[in-house]
Amino acid sequence: MRKTCTLIAMAGLLAACGHQDNATQSQGDVSFESKLEQQLLDAKPGSVIDIPAGHYSLKRGLSLRTSGVTIRGAGMDKTVLSFKGQVVGPEGLLVNADDFTIENLAIEDTMGDALKINQGKNITIHGVRIEWTDGPKTTNGAYGLYPVKTQNVLVEDSVVIGASDAGIYVGQSNTIVVRRNRAEQNVAGVEIENSVNADVYDNTATKNTGGILVFNMPNLSQEGHSTRVFHNKVFANNTGNFARKGAAVASVPAGSGIVVNSNDKVEIFDNDIADNQTANVIISSYFSTNYYNTSGVAADYNPYPKAIYVYGNRLSGGGDSPDGLKLKTLKTAVFGLTGKFPDVVWDGYADPKQAVNGTPAPENRICIQDVNGVLDIDGPHGYKNPSTDTKPYQCTLPKLPPVTLSPEPKV
Amino acid sequence: MLLLLAALCVSACHRSMDAVAFHDDGYPPKLSDWHVVEARDGVLQLNEGVVPYELNTPLFTDYAHKLRTIWMPKGVAATYSATDTFDFPVGTIISKTFFYPLPKGEARNATDIARTYDTSRDFAGQGLNLAHVHLVETRLLVRRKEGWVAIPYVWNADQTEAVLARTGDVQALTLVGDDGTRENFNYVVPDQSQCASCHARDWTTRAIQPIGPKARHLNRDYRYADGDENELEHLVRVGYLSGAPAPADAPRNANWLDQHASLDARARAYLDINCGHCHNPKGAANTTGLTLDIATAEDRHIGICKPPTAAGQGTGDHLFDIVPGHPDDSIIPYRLGSAVPGTMMPELGRSTVHQEGLALIKAWIASLPGQCVVLH
Repeated sequence: MRKTCTLIAMAGLLAACGHQDNATQSQGDVSFESKLEQQLLDAKPGSVIDIPAGHYSLKRGLSLRTSGVTIRGAGMDKTVLSFKGQVVGPEGLLVNADDFTIENLAIEDTMGDALKINQGKNITIHGVRIEWTDGPKTTNGAYGLYPVKTQNVLVEDSVVIGASDAGIYVGQSNTIVVRRNRAEQNVAGVEIENSVNADVYDNTATKNTGGILVFNMPNLSQEGHSTRVFHNKVFANNTGNFARKGAAVASVPAGSGIVVNSNDKVEIFDNDIADNQTANVIISSYFSTNYYNTSGVAADYNPYPKAIYVYGNRLSGGGDSPDGLKLKTLKTAVFGLTGKFPDVVWDGYADPKQAVNGTPAPENRICIQDVNGVLDIDGPHGYKNPSTDTKPYQCTLPKLPPVTLSPEPKV
Repeated sequence: MLLLLAALCVSACHRSMDAVAFHDDGYPPKLSDWHVVEARDGVLQLNEGVVPYELNTPLFTDYAHKLRTIWMPKGVAATYSATDTFDFPVGTIISKTFFYPLPKGEARNATDIARTYDTSRDFAGQGLNLAHVHLVETRLLVRRKEGWVAIPYVWNADQTEAVLARTGDVQALTLVGDDGTRENFNYVVPDQSQCASCHARDWTTRAIQPIGPKARHLNRDYRYADGDENELEHLVRVGYLSGAPAPADAPRNANWLDQHASLDARARAYLDINCGHCHNPKGAANTTGLTLDIATAEDRHIGICKPPTAAGQGTGDHLFDIVPGHPDDSIIPYRLGSAVPGTMMPELGRSTVHQEGLALIKAWIASLPGQCVVLH
């Protein structure tokens, strides 16, 4: 498929991989595209670019480099920028600017990321729909809503469907609110990566491979910590993982509800989490991604999740059909053929350097309450001695303060 | 004989070309409004004081040939830097004309151009012989008081004038190889904002800068009208550059095609010019932890055993940017070998695969020692 796709693209037929693509630009589309590009070039601080209702076919990625600009459509189902058959990428819209607002429109079928905001402060994404309209496919673009290296970020009332990596991905950013969004049929529904101070609440994540992820990857500009995941609905995230191997999220087993990987100070509470067939909650380290090697990973990278606090969630179902032979075998070995994993699965990697008498210092512990059980799968020893003892997690941690956006978004 | 005639014409026509016009505001609608390079009498001519230059290893742009020039007002000069783009004075105009030789033995048509490294038929004196080349676009970088501004111009079908194209252009062209092989592709003229995707070397300040005019790229000879000379020395001699050391004391990137240079030097020069404008500690790709500029240490920073950060489909199912000794298991050559937006690297500036560049990077990775041992 990959070869075919390259050949087709090289032949200049402009076909998206695997699409029976007949998206052609009408004269209206061509003049729309050119006008919109011109508006983005001419924008001044304070400019509002209004895009009226309509379905517009674009062939070239857009970009904006002026601060203080608002892009506004007539509604996420009314103003549609379709990039089916895109010739020039990589994104749908790339923004390198501060004080940016985008609202009430849709971006569909980009070859790469849909909306990337690279370096900027005071970013508001409101009522935006990102969708790959053929459903989950490896050839879909990687990220839907993708603020990276941003400060003071709000992503709300938006919808992302079909991203081959993360639907809503906030990376290497600080002071973040992600609320009231719906993420469906992405590999990762919502992912907070290497970010500091994030509140993720009132979102619905379903039919993804993993619902809501809080990750720390190595070699990046900052380590993440302090994320609160609360009052979300995270159910039936059982779509087979369709990310390319090598991507961080390719390591996420299908059937994952909320996943913490290598991140610190994560508080998970008051969520409805159900029917995620590997486990409703997974706590894991970078070791479990199978990418950890000493040549390619910074020496000061800490792969262990620390200070993770899970409490007061409403959990049901799930754990009944874990992804992958190893986990399936483990489930049968520990819980029998008809048994199921408990609400929480931990991969068992603990920082040996930080242990005091064999247990982590109190402020670094994994504390878990109000669940039907915890399984330590003993990753460090190849799943040899899994444990269902819940005593190690009977503790509490100080609660994290709410995130306050400042300045407050004007939407 | 032809060359001689053309050369005579060049010197004759100089006198009839108006002086270079620096516009400190706005976007003049025609390239000729600047009087830097102009199509006259079958030649794309360089005006008086417009100095051509080349890079040791250039950026790949769909096999396009490039004519690069610098012009500066009288009495000012750029300040030399050993590592960064020279600090050019207000008033500087840098031009880069993208063109292709016409396929040998083919009459000119709207789409067919040659895929060749042979530049021997391109020139008429210091200018370009329009009987042999097809001009696509000329991009200007203009140093105004508020900073550099990128202004793209696209050549008309008659090859008489290039017109302002702030929103860029897409042209369906066909590369014709020496052996007659044909490859259709979309030549993409970037829009003005996309210019900054490469030229904004620092995404926090967002200021754009020329990429080529750095010591390590210009430290080479050029065939000027009055003979061969090192470009740094020439720029100093004509008063365009101050503070430069002797060429022997200035850094120099390898020519990626120079079989006498080491594989490492050629590969690093190639990565530097093709990737380093984004993949540097302050650039657009500093979100990835992968740096590919010439200063990067040859370890995880340049991708050895480094897991990708946000490659998406660009991983090609590979786990690391570079697996030493194993180019076909490495992400970097996979992305260089793709022409699909969202997968390919660089992200902009090409629609075809640079087969020879890809082969170089693969050979280099194949030569690297070590292995990526995964920890559990």
